[in-house]
Amino acid sequence: MRAGRAIPIAFLAVSLLLLVPLSRKAYAQSKNTCLDCHSNLDGPLQVTTEKFAADIHAQKGLTCASCHGGDPTKDDADAMSKAAGFRGHIERTQVPELCGKCHGDAAYMRQYNPSLRTDQLAQYHISKHGQLLAKGDTHVAVCVDCHSVHDLRPPSDPRSTVNPVNVAKTCSNCHSDRDHMKAYNIKTDQFAGYSGSVHYEALAQRGDLSAPTCTTCHGNHGAAPPGVASVENVCSTCHVFQTQLFDGSPHKAAFTASGLPGCITCHSNHRIQHTGDSMIGTGPQAVCTNCHSQGDAGFAAADSMSRELIQLELALVKSEDILQQAEQSGMEVGQAKLDVSEARDYLTKSRVAIHSFAPAKLDAQIKNGLAITDKTYAAGVKALRERDFRREGLGVSVLTILVVLGGLFLTIRNIER
Amino acid sequence: MALKQAISTLVPEYEQSEPMQVSRRRFAVALLGTGLAASLVSFLYPVVKYLIPPPTTDMGGDTVSAGKVAELKPNSAKVFRFGSKPGLLIRDVEGQFRAISATCTHLSCTVQYRSDVRQVWCACHNGYYDMTGRNISGPPPRPLEAYDVHVQGEDIVVSRKRGA
Amino acid sequence: MSPIAHVHTWLDERFGLEELIAPLRHKVVPMHRLSYWYFFGGITLFLFGVQVCTGILLLLYYRPSANEAFESVSYISTQVQFGWLVRSIHSWSANLMILSAFAHMFSVLFLRAYRKPRELTWISGMVLLLLALGFGFSGYLLPWNTLAFFATKVGTEVAAQVPLIGHWVMVFLRGGEDVTGATLTRFFGFHVAVLPGLTMLFLLMHLALVQRFGISVPPSVERAWEARPTERREMKFFPNFALRESMAWYLALAVLGALAALSPWGLGEKADPFASAPAGIKPEWYFLFMFQTLKLIPSKIAFLDGEVLGVLAFSAAGLVWVCLPLAESTLPKHGRKLVLGLGVFAVAYIAAMTAYGYVAK
Repeated sequence: MRAGRAIPIAFLAVSLLLLVPLSRKAYAQSKNTCLDCHSNLDGPLQVTTEKFAADIHAQKGLTCASCHGGDPTKDDADAMSKAAGFRGHIERTQVPELCGKCHGDAAYMRQYNPSLRTDQLAQYHISKHGQLLAKGDTHVAVCVDCHSVHDLRPPSDPRSTVNPVNVAKTCSNCHSDRDHMKAYNIKTDQFAGYSGSVHYEALAQRGDLSAPTCTTCHGNHGAAPPGVASVENVCSTCHVFQTQLFDGSPHKAAFTASGLPGCITCHSNHRIQHTGDSMIGTGPQAVCTNCHSQGDAGFAAADSMSRELIQLELALVKSEDILQQAEQSGMEVGQAKLDVSEARDYLTKSRVAIHSFAPAKLDAQIKNGLAITDKTYAAGVKALRERDFRREGLGVSVLTILVVLGGLFLTIRNIER
Repeated sequence: MALKQAISTLVPEYEQSEPMQVSRRRFAVALLGTGLAASLVSFLYPVVKYLIPPPTTDMGGDTVSAGKVAELKPNSAKVFRFGSKPGLLIRDVEGQFRAISATCTHLSCTVQYRSDVRQVWCACHNGYYDMTGRNISGPPPRPLEAYDVHVQGEDIVVSRKRGA
Repeated sequence: MSPIAHVHTWLDERFGLEELIAPLRHKVVPMHRLSYWYFFGGITLFLFGVQVCTGILLLLYYRPSANEAFESVSYISTQVQFGWLVRSIHSWSANLMILSAFAHMFSVLFLRAYRKPRELTWISGMVLLLLALGFGFSGYLLPWNTLAFFATKVGTEVAAQVPLIGHWVMVFLRGGEDVTGATLTRFFGFHVAVLPGLTMLFLLMHLALVQRFGISVPPSVERAWEARPTERREMKFFPNFALRESMAWYLALAVLGALAALSPWGLGEKADPFASAPAGIKPEWYFLFMFQTLKLIPSKIAFLDGEVLGVLAFSAAGLVWVCLPLAESTLPKHGRKLVLGLGVFAVAYIAAMTAYGYVAK
């Protein structure tokens, strides 16, 4: 090889060699011989290097031995020596304590992520899952069931089983399995219901991470259904105004007395649908008639509120239609259109005001909206009248033109006689 | 008269006629004359009106005068019209002007400035934005569009941000 | 003496007015069953005059920058008194003018008025037609709304398909690589200065040639009149035909006013260069037949790009069209049949493709 070629090749070789350690930068450089064998095994004993590379623990420098014990530097079966603390397969009942040994130690966790919570184990103990596990039931969820194992990703990773977008699916692995839940006498329709809800639509389809999933209302580590009395508190963390109005309404005392579960009574717990004006009133889709019937005060109130909402909606549509008509005829209606959107604000506020179940409160908002729609409708009428005036003007010009045409025609006839 | 002369200049034989034809001719000329005059007026009237500049010379569009400097005290705001949508002009505690769209990105209610918390708030569902329009709390899914603000003398001029 | 006679004499003594208008007194228009087609030239001229007048009025308020164009047209339509009328008349008259120009061109073709010695009249007329289409294309962008923006984008992209010079032509038209405010300013310049200047030139040429050679008569009528001279019918231009032409022009004015008031031209939405093109974007009807043809051509024909082939085909067709009069002189035996056949085919093709373009998604 000539010197001219040797130097670049040597350079290339050296740089390639230097790249090798860089490609393994994620490891804090501990040897992990366990994977040498276990990546070639089948079934539950298989853990490939690729799989483990995705695990956050591996990326932080932990090895198999951190949880399973043993000596990861040994090349053969000595790696699995009892002397080195090898535990082998971890029993399900022991999993929470094992994870909690590190994750519950604030001083230890501070090395890796000081802002991570360290109360997961304590929460788990008071959760339904934890309580049943303590009694020896191994069918309930333990850490690895939700968080996955050997390829555990942090919740912020979109591929993590506990990322908000994926949480419902993870819970449904057990909670939608009829055979699994039969022993606990728990329904399995929650995921199906939630999948059809506005919250799921916001979370999974619009990517709005502020939308609730199972753990938002039920808790994650301390998971348990909120009691009937506290449902409202859960909803009110986001739906502030509605809860405030509800608390001041006659329904609050009535629902509490009847043991009705607050918001869920009308809105459902899992399959929460888009609300519509048809939910209120006395029509076929109204929820009011579930309790109220003809003749009682509630029925009358529901009817009155429904009518008012419809009245404002119709007034808005009427205004919008006439303004659009005027605009298409070339008339300037920008200010009126702006006013219509202000009136729409009042309709939006009315739909929140419903939760006071007091027609008087609704009345105030509706009246404000109607005052504006009256103005905007008048503006539309005025614009159309201007348009008609233009057409009349056209009629006059056409008339004069016809006169001229007549005159020309007669002149032609006369000179050609 | 002028019309008759014009026609007779162009059509010399027009002059020769019989009495019967004279009256017919007179009628035709009268018709033509009045028609022409009337139609000319109906054409020129709009043209003359068109030439008179309208009272508002502001064409709206991407730039609008949102108010006067003296109008707003620090830590206060006003809603102004930007095209056919509302905008919010805020004067913060330091006296700086900011302008953002006032249409809430949740369900399109008109937002307002809260001087107590110094944030932009939507009264419909309790949404909060900071003064740059970023959505910080509650249901709004997106920030409010921010506009450029320039002070020209006494006027506060708001314009849409120039695209790339 | 009457005042008019006074003025006439005064002007005549100063630049020989009588000499200039004397030939006009003798100008005649041949009358036969197809004479009505003679109106179309005048109507096109009248509509062009309407365009110049309304255009000048619009110029007083229009602002040719991307930031203000849309707003200024909206301002004209809503704030300026009778601005809506001026704008709608301008838009409608543009379409009617192009329609009339096509009718005039085809009637000249089928009445075979392009024959010797009127070849130059035909060529100058074809140039005028092209200038009219240029007016339409450049003017359409000026309101700077979504439809116009994307129509211009597509239109200039088609221009880029011409081999060799296509890209340069597109950059020249657009004032850059993309359709931007620079395009608007450039199109405005074309629309109010370049095209009017060129049109005045060719119009004067066209009218002078028409004056020079008089109104042509279709060959069949000519032969009939030669055989039986007593059947020859002619009408004096002044005042008889002129009066009739005035009637036609006044009628056109009435139609324009009615269209403007009953079916005003909409404004649409302001153009947003970063938004995606709306579905089903089409050019104005007078470009529709070309657009639809390009859509139907498969993307590859043998080794050639389909669109390039389409553009080249239309360019070739245009060239053939301009040189049509030469066909008769170069191919005496079949020239006439060829031109007639091409004419019928062209009318049918344009009509069919325009209709198809309208109903196609």
